[in-house]
Amino acid sequence: MNPWLYSAISGFIVLNAVIGMVTYVTLLERKFAARMQSRIGPYRVGPHGLLQPIADALKLMMKEDIVPRLADRRVFNLAPIVFLVPCMLIFATIPFAPGLGVADLNIGLLFFLAVSSMEIVGLFMAGWGSNNKYALLSAMRAVNQIISYDLPFIFAALVPVLLAGSLKLSDIAAAQSGLWFVFYPVIGQLAFLAFVVSTLAAENRVPFDILEAESELVAGFRVEYSGMKFALIQLGEYAHVIGSSFLGAILFLGAWAGPGPEWLGPLWMLLKAMFLFLLITWVRWSFVRIRVDQILTLSWKVLMPATLLLLVSTAIVVVWRAGV
Amino acid sequence: MLDTAKTSRVEFDYSGGERLMMNMGPQHPSAHGVFRAILTLEGETIVAVDAVIGYLHRCHEKLSETLTYAQYPSIASKTDYVAAMTSEFAYVMAAEQIGKIEVPKRAQYLRVIMAELQRVASHLLWLGTWCLDMGGALGGGATVFLYCIREREMILDLFEMLVGARLLYGFYQVGGTRYDIPDGWAAKCRETIDIIDQRIGEYESLLEDNPFFLARAQDVGVISRELAEDVGIAGPLLRGSGVNFDIRRSAPYSSYEDFSFAVPVETAGDCYSRYRIRMVEFRESIKIVRQALDTLPAGAISSRPGLKSVAQIRIPKGDAYARVEGPRGEVGCYLVADGSAKPYRMKWRGASYSNLSVLPHIIPGHKVADVVAIMGSVDPVFGEVDR
Repeated sequence: MNPWLYSAISGFIVLNAVIGMVTYVTLLERKFAARMQSRIGPYRVGPHGLLQPIADALKLMMKEDIVPRLADRRVFNLAPIVFLVPCMLIFATIPFAPGLGVADLNIGLLFFLAVSSMEIVGLFMAGWGSNNKYALLSAMRAVNQIISYDLPFIFAALVPVLLAGSLKLSDIAAAQSGLWFVFYPVIGQLAFLAFVVSTLAAENRVPFDILEAESELVAGFRVEYSGMKFALIQLGEYAHVIGSSFLGAILFLGAWAGPGPEWLGPLWMLLKAMFLFLLITWVRWSFVRIRVDQILTLSWKVLMPATLLLLVSTAIVVVWRAGV
Repeated sequence: MLDTAKTSRVEFDYSGGERLMMNMGPQHPSAHGVFRAILTLEGETIVAVDAVIGYLHRCHEKLSETLTYAQYPSIASKTDYVAAMTSEFAYVMAAEQIGKIEVPKRAQYLRVIMAELQRVASHLLWLGTWCLDMGGALGGGATVFLYCIREREMILDLFEMLVGARLLYGFYQVGGTRYDIPDGWAAKCRETIDIIDQRIGEYESLLEDNPFFLARAQDVGVISRELAEDVGIAGPLLRGSGVNFDIRRSAPYSSYEDFSFAVPVETAGDCYSRYRIRMVEFRESIKIVRQALDTLPAGAISSRPGLKSVAQIRIPKGDAYARVEGPRGEVGCYLVADGSAKPYRMKWRGASYSNLSVLPHIIPGHKVADVVAIMGSVDPVFGEVDR
């Protein structure tokens, strides 16, 4: 088949699958959170609230689109798209099963990390363009936080790369056919822990959700957004979380490896990603938010040196084992 | 005395420039329409705070001059609507002091039971909303909030069994209480406080084993002992700053001397010690309720005959100040009677109002995120601040 055509078709399918998944993942999170809080959660729209995400999407589409009079119109309108595009692009390089994906680049992980840090541009545009003090403070926090947590995130993600010896995500998955990296003695567990913590921070989830911080900054950078623009930001945020969950499943949980025939691979992959997503959700609904200075201290004084040390020791272990 | 150099405030600058003036409230999820804090920021750090109150002023004190002694207790509940029993208590005590009206022992015990249950309910709401402020409506805070509300509902169910209302009761009457407890109430009450007693331990392990919670609460919003005494704060804030003062202990009223309970005192003065004080008070209140239920004397619930008209209670000429220890501290009621069925003048001393005055002294120097943590730990109810 024509490679251009193949990419276009697979890209179209993945994009729509992601959007569909994001809508239903919100339901999953709401049900999960409700159970944690001894509630029932969405129940009215469809059986067990199964149509709730569709009702939410329709509602958001029909909302009035408000642009503040003193906002920087062009920046304000462009921001949700600049925010959403990188969040969607991260799925381009994820293999969902052997040979099933848009583009299995030989620098797959690098592409993922580079693109996922680009969301900060959209965030800052939203915060700046809104011409709102809450949004501005939130944008300032966003830049601080995301830059601080990108480095530990990258260091933690590089540990599996060293162990597998490749940046290509399908190679990393294949290298775990014997032993998932999360079970790699000591190094695996520490790297996984660091990965989860810095994912939480990079995704702005509680306890690191100081960008949104509704008890201080109302809704942070998206306080002025309504209707579909708000929905786009929300979509991007959830897409990023799911993308990171998939990445975690590939890097640490053996990707599509699992019992049963080979065609069950994508299902295993999905289950593992959802496990990671629910782990993040679990943390989100049981912790309180920490302060901006504490977040930065945690990143620069604890996570950064720790992950760097971990990376170096992984390199030593890899070289030592290759030598023997 | 206050060290003026340390607490002197920065000049307010509303003209723009390097400093950012930011409104927190009245349209804000943490101030929900009743409070406005004008913050002056340098980056994320607060250099000055201007607190604006009065959004919930309802002329309570003037209103009391138009209502009889039988009518006003139900309205008194609306000053501090989170602890409605407390303000009723202070009002009827003031009237009883002027009229030298005896209160039967059973009524005194019933009053104590309700006041302590109300303290538990109020502290539950405080814990929930405080965690909501620190943890976010879309985070762990909401989880604690919903747990606390679940337990508070059980106490409200008890009150509903008793008086038929869930928020504003009108249970206290001059000379006693309006209702006696119905059949089966005592057993249900014991069951409820047993459950709450056990759940308090669950919250403690959920919060105190959580390093993020500790990081947000410890060493934040420190009120020194001197500042606490100078500003005149009361209740858990005062005890959190190392002052051992509780009206139930130092000036017992309504038979509080019959019960054994501890008055917790912490010395650090930060948000965490205020939290600890309230967590201990939960258990002490439950202890008092248990003792009162065990030793509840039989007899009349009021020293006055049943009311035939609302103007039947007449208080002789005189004035009195009655104070009770509410969940937020000293709630006082100053009453001037002129011999008629209505008071001549009435003045509230709201605990939240005095407690709120400490904010401008402790907030500057903190980060924006700490404002909500500190305000939550002060536990203001704006119905009581503005009246």
